[in-house]
Amino acid sequence: MIPAPAFLANPERFMAFSRWAAPLLGVIAVGLAAVGLWLGFAAPEDYQQGATVRIMFIHVPAAILAMFVYVCLGVASLLALVFRHVLADAAAQAAAPLGAGLTFLALVTGSLWGRPMWGAWWVWDARLTSVLVLFLFYIAYLALRASIDDEAKAARAAAILALVGLVNLPIVHFSVYWWNTLHQGSSMFTRGALAPVFATPLYLMTLAYLAGFGSLWLVRIRGEVWRRRAEAAALRAARA
Amino acid sequence: MQMPDLDFGKYAAYIWPAYLITALVFAGLIAGALRHARHWKRRAEGLRRP
Repeated sequence: MIPAPAFLANPERFMAFSRWAAPLLGVIAVGLAAVGLWLGFAAPEDYQQGATVRIMFIHVPAAILAMFVYVCLGVASLLALVFRHVLADAAAQAAAPLGAGLTFLALVTGSLWGRPMWGAWWVWDARLTSVLVLFLFYIAYLALRASIDDEAKAARAAAILALVGLVNLPIVHFSVYWWNTLHQGSSMFTRGALAPVFATPLYLMTLAYLAGFGSLWLVRIRGEVWRRRAEAAALRAARA
Repeated sequence: MQMPDLDFGKYAAYIWPAYLITALVFAGLIAGALRHARHWKRRAEGLRRP
């Protein structure tokens, strides 16, 4: 049997952990973002892209997090399906709106970067299209959960949908290599592809987004735990 | 260290909206998460009281 993470196995332990971890991650996110933005705005203009290189510091972290959050959604959904653990299901449910928001940001900031660089707001490029599909998976997940009254059935159906959507992640990542795309290849994970003056704020902003997501995810999971407790208490009161 | 340069020239019309939309989406995600958690915490604690 695959051992679930300890904090996922015990709601009380999770609530005690997240009570201090959520605000701490929030403070770390704000600090990293402040330094990252300062360095990003102080960086010189790129010799090819000019001042639009500043959009990279908010676009690339959003795109990376859009995929990372979907991995979290997929893993939590798998744990919820296999172990039928309520905290794993709450984690999946809590990740979806955050992932949808980050994917929306990746699409919009990418469009605002693409217009001056490519001359188009949108092209049906493999990377852009696969990220749009990722966004649609998030929306479909949220819509499916909202459309089924039975919570257990909704959780199972949405978890299966989330697992199907995992197939799209390698397509998003490798799209720039598999197809001839307008979108540039990965520069963040390629050694020497970015000058330190651009790489440092980019890494800081990515860590800020990661910490921010961690904080908001914990807050949303806590909200889900309370919602389930409130609904269970209301049901008990109605039966009494 | 160089000071931040906020003069984006002809690209300002793309850069500022990108940062503004990012700020708005993050504000929405933060407000939504806190409101959701506070609402259900109050409901759960209210139902637990005798």
